[in-house]
Amino acid sequence: MSQVRVLVGTKKGAFICTADAQRRDWNIEGPFFGGWEMYHLKGSTVDPNRIYASQSSGWFGQIIQRSDDGGKTWATPGSTPEELKSPHGFPQGESNKFVYEGVAGTHLWYDGTPHPWEFKRVWHLEPSLTEPDVVFAGVEDAAIFKSSDAGRTWSELPGLRTHTTGKDWQPGAGGMCLHTILIDPTAPDRMWVAISAAGCFRTDDGGKTWKPTNKGLVSNFMPNPEAEVGHCVHRIASHPSKPDTLFMQKHWDVMRSDDAGDSWTKVSGNLPCDFGFPIDVHAHEPETIYVVPIKSDGEHYPPEGKLRVYRSKTGGNEWEPLTKGLPQQDCYVNILRDAMAVDTLDDCGIYFGTTGGQVYVSPDGGDNWSAINEHFPAVLSVEVQTLK
Amino acid sequence: MVRVTLPFHLRNLAQTEQEVQLSVAPPVSVSTVLDALEAAYPVLKGTIREHETLKRRAFLRFFACGEDISTEDPGRSLPESIANGTEPLMVIGAIAGG
Repeated sequence: MSQVRVLVGTKKGAFICTADAQRRDWNIEGPFFGGWEMYHLKGSTVDPNRIYASQSSGWFGQIIQRSDDGGKTWATPGSTPEELKSPHGFPQGESNKFVYEGVAGTHLWYDGTPHPWEFKRVWHLEPSLTEPDVVFAGVEDAAIFKSSDAGRTWSELPGLRTHTTGKDWQPGAGGMCLHTILIDPTAPDRMWVAISAAGCFRTDDGGKTWKPTNKGLVSNFMPNPEAEVGHCVHRIASHPSKPDTLFMQKHWDVMRSDDAGDSWTKVSGNLPCDFGFPIDVHAHEPETIYVVPIKSDGEHYPPEGKLRVYRSKTGGNEWEPLTKGLPQQDCYVNILRDAMAVDTLDDCGIYFGTTGGQVYVSPDGGDNWSAINEHFPAVLSVEVQTLK
Repeated sequence: MVRVTLPFHLRNLAQTEQEVQLSVAPPVSVSTVLDALEAAYPVLKGTIREHETLKRRAFLRFFACGEDISTEDPGRSLPESIANGTEPLMVIGAIAGG
């Protein structure tokens, strides 16, 4: 019997929601790490019981947690759950050491002055598609780190941060974060990352060198709206069967690329507003995509107080609102960039979480929605695992 | 033994009580106490002071005998009542965020 496991990261802890393939009756466990900001949790596709979690706090910094039993027990990598069972057991792991390679240098601050690169937190964890002990971390201030020992130690892939344009990157409103990591399932050395507000970058050699892939993006807040870097990319997504096709929710504009990011075209089409944060792709239909329009960059809530997911079955340009089961009046929540996910069941399930603490599911590709829970803390991230 | 009190989230993280006791060789200073704390509880590395620079994290403060010593030289010797365990060295999270 198939099952789904939804991993919810919130501003005050993590939650794990499970259901059978009907996705109607949910069991909710948590909070795990209560009181901590859980920016992201993600399971390994190689070993679904292995889940990585980013636990952080403005007071105490960054912690990485790992579960090897599907979220029942957790430990900082480097400690085994058995080691913690003794009366004197305590976490040995020192898995939170994210140190930039070499002299960190400076990027640009909000006011255009140079500002030292400072590690703040891990925004996104992306497990390897082939090796359960390999996991990548996207961090603020923007950089990518890699662990080859299941999260115990981390090393920067410095070719990204030290790219010649790095000194010109600037933070977006949420900080200068590397929030998206996409791995090409057909070529594991090829990855894309997205940084607010620097843009999209691609590596073809496993992270040694990176190339800005922002041609076609237009950002009118910049002196040169078509500059090589400086774009506030909010999210990119792709379908495993078409890795050269990428979809992007930019600060404003929904974009697509059919040449692995070498060039982009705008596909906002008839959206009521093309500002937003998440974007995702249907698990079985590579041209069916989902966004949640937000009113503007100064008003982070849905237009007209109506929470509407928009679906395009044509890879963009032609969009339809999906509203059944979603609040259609007086709704003023936001949906953050890592807070949308799809399962791989047939029919494909779509999930998203809100800053108001709701997590919604549609078990039929977006036609009908219901709340898994309406009273979580503000949701930072949503991931889903399909368990056969 | 030197006594150290920890804020709620750090004692949960280290899976210990609010107060821990540490053997610290003289001179007893904030630096040597934190060295001993991190040796005993490696998970706390990076949570009280930054990795590499060992700079105190901005929202944490250190109190000894009722005095805020957060901005003092961390290598400076602590009062005898801290060194002999009569009083605890307190690690306190700043009240911030409402």
